[in-house]
Amino acid sequence: MEKFVHLKAIAAPLLRVNIDTDVIIPSREMKGVSKTGLSVGMFANWRYTDVAARAANPEFVLNRAPFDKAQILLTGDNFGCGSSREHAVWAMKEWGFRAVIAPSFGAIYYGNCVRNGILPMVLPDEAVCAIAAWVEQAPAMNQVEIDLPTQKVYAAGVVYAFSIGDSDKDMLLEGLDPIGVTLKRDPAIQAFETKDRVMRPWVYINGPA
Amino acid sequence: MGRTLIDKLWDTHVVADLGDGASLLYIDRIFLHERTGSVSLQELKAKGRAVRHKEHVFVTMDHIVDTFPGRGDKTLMPSGTDFITATRATALEAGLNLFDVTDERQGIVHVVSAEQGITLPGFTQVCPDSHTCTLGALGALAWGIGSSEGEHALATKTLAVTKPKSMRIVFNGALGYGVTSKDMILHLIGRYGAAGGSGYAITFTGPAIAALPQENRFTICNMAVEFGAFAGVIPPDETTFEYVKGRSYAPKGAAFDTAVASWRLLKDDADAAYDREIVVDCADIVPTITWGTSPGQTLRIDGAVPNPIDAKDANTRAAMDKALEYMDVAPGQKLEGLAIDAAFIGSCTNSRLSDLRAVAAVVKGRRVSPNLKKAVIVPGSTQVKRAAEREGLHDIFKASGFEWRESGCSMCFNAGGESMGEKWRVVSSTNRNFENRQGPKTRTHLASPTTVAASALIGAIADVRKLG
Repeated sequence: MEKFVHLKAIAAPLLRVNIDTDVIIPSREMKGVSKTGLSVGMFANWRYTDVAARAANPEFVLNRAPFDKAQILLTGDNFGCGSSREHAVWAMKEWGFRAVIAPSFGAIYYGNCVRNGILPMVLPDEAVCAIAAWVEQAPAMNQVEIDLPTQKVYAAGVVYAFSIGDSDKDMLLEGLDPIGVTLKRDPAIQAFETKDRVMRPWVYINGPA
Repeated sequence: MGRTLIDKLWDTHVVADLGDGASLLYIDRIFLHERTGSVSLQELKAKGRAVRHKEHVFVTMDHIVDTFPGRGDKTLMPSGTDFITATRATALEAGLNLFDVTDERQGIVHVVSAEQGITLPGFTQVCPDSHTCTLGALGALAWGIGSSEGEHALATKTLAVTKPKSMRIVFNGALGYGVTSKDMILHLIGRYGAAGGSGYAITFTGPAIAALPQENRFTICNMAVEFGAFAGVIPPDETTFEYVKGRSYAPKGAAFDTAVASWRLLKDDADAAYDREIVVDCADIVPTITWGTSPGQTLRIDGAVPNPIDAKDANTRAAMDKALEYMDVAPGQKLEGLAIDAAFIGSCTNSRLSDLRAVAAVVKGRRVSPNLKKAVIVPGSTQVKRAAEREGLHDIFKASGFEWRESGCSMCFNAGGESMGEKWRVVSSTNRNFENRQGPKTRTHLASPTTVAASALIGAIADVRKLG
């Protein structure tokens, strides 16, 4: 997994609450059993005036330079709510996003970001809106700078601190394979099962009883 | 201090403390479906990793498989078949329990998991599907994950999870005439917002919850994710134990009795404290319907669409403006009487036998309005379909003008390619009114199955209580 340590990049504002994963990647854009080739379908219903013809909607922020090079998304409360589809994150990663800044996230989307090298950053609504206003003044020049080790964001002449769980932070900083990490705990998992079989034997029934 | 139900479910499954509020939790059961599960299985195989406890992993075909009578692997979306065949091949190769397209146990993942007794009280269960929280209605900690986490759970039988905050939602009083558990949850989300439960695991409790039959409880927990919650749980009681008893994968005889004795402890200690508590009086709940494109944008059936001027902040107003435009409704407008193009009854929210019986009671001897372009009923599982047909419900539906389908997720979204028409206004018993979810520019109004049925008969959004 790609590490996330430090980023200074163009940020695109998409300020609306409750943007769901059906919007980020519509069902009809998930055409194959694959994690790739999804970015063309990202925000398809907002990004194109004619989805089938892929006719770009000039009004949509990510179609406007320099936001078409944005690596950071600034957005509203509950971003990524709805369907668990990791395709939403795979599409955004493939398109070039490395961080999303919002007052809150859909829980599953948040976890999916961390597992794919995208930093989901929680900042208060006022901070997100202030950064967005500053970015809009000069989008190419007013780039947002994120430093994950110190958990700081530099934007609009302000240093914002943000919180992130230790394990999520480590996973992003180190680009760790979480399955590999857990498999090292196999003795603990085995010990749990040995004890649990006595406490809850019905868990270990195999097949119809 | 005493422990909450959520604490107890959590503590029972801790394999290791990971610090900073996170734990490695043991996962009792894993369910997969063809849309997101196939990716997990393929990735696992590509990395040369095995499934730990394959006997505890279940796979069904529900999302992309179509629901037309006589269906097979072919779907309207040409590449849909790939999901089905890839899932079948990887599941069989890994030796998982597969409920294939023509299997009698096939159905919507969260319906069949309960129906087959796969989810039991006190379990942890995950599935790469956000509505896994449905199964919390059995007193299980069940939640949706992504495909990568699915891969982690398959390989290790565990997941690293940060413990959410806890919230107790108490439903007091009793439900009025024509009011269902769907209205309870829509009312809650409407009042506190689609992010009202964000960061929380929720216990739904109180006399109105305890009075609900088991099948109707699933509807409440199903939409916990629409409230932004990590999971929603209902304390298991005699209703739950009676539901579980005798189901295929549930323990039998003395083993069942031992399990029930343990399950009786799955409740809040008297002095347990939650981080947040909400009390809802069911006397305030009437049939409820959504007006916008978020499940939080709800209305009393007799209410009027709100004005974005009253929104609490600019971003909420922006979302309301967009929703009004998309749904083609105006502030102050009443939804009751608004003409509809289609009606849909189905999904993991409302497709169980009791839902179908309630719908049959409304539509029996009546006809769907000729103004409707589509009226469809999709049972939640093949078993539900068989049971409904044994009671003759399908004859009532067909006589009323509804299509009667094979089981699956169907037009809750359009993954398999079948969808509602462009800009159609649809009243739907599903869980998401998101833009374009049921079809291109389709305008979805979420409501209870009986509200959908009444609206289908009238040809417009209707108050089921006035139908008589």
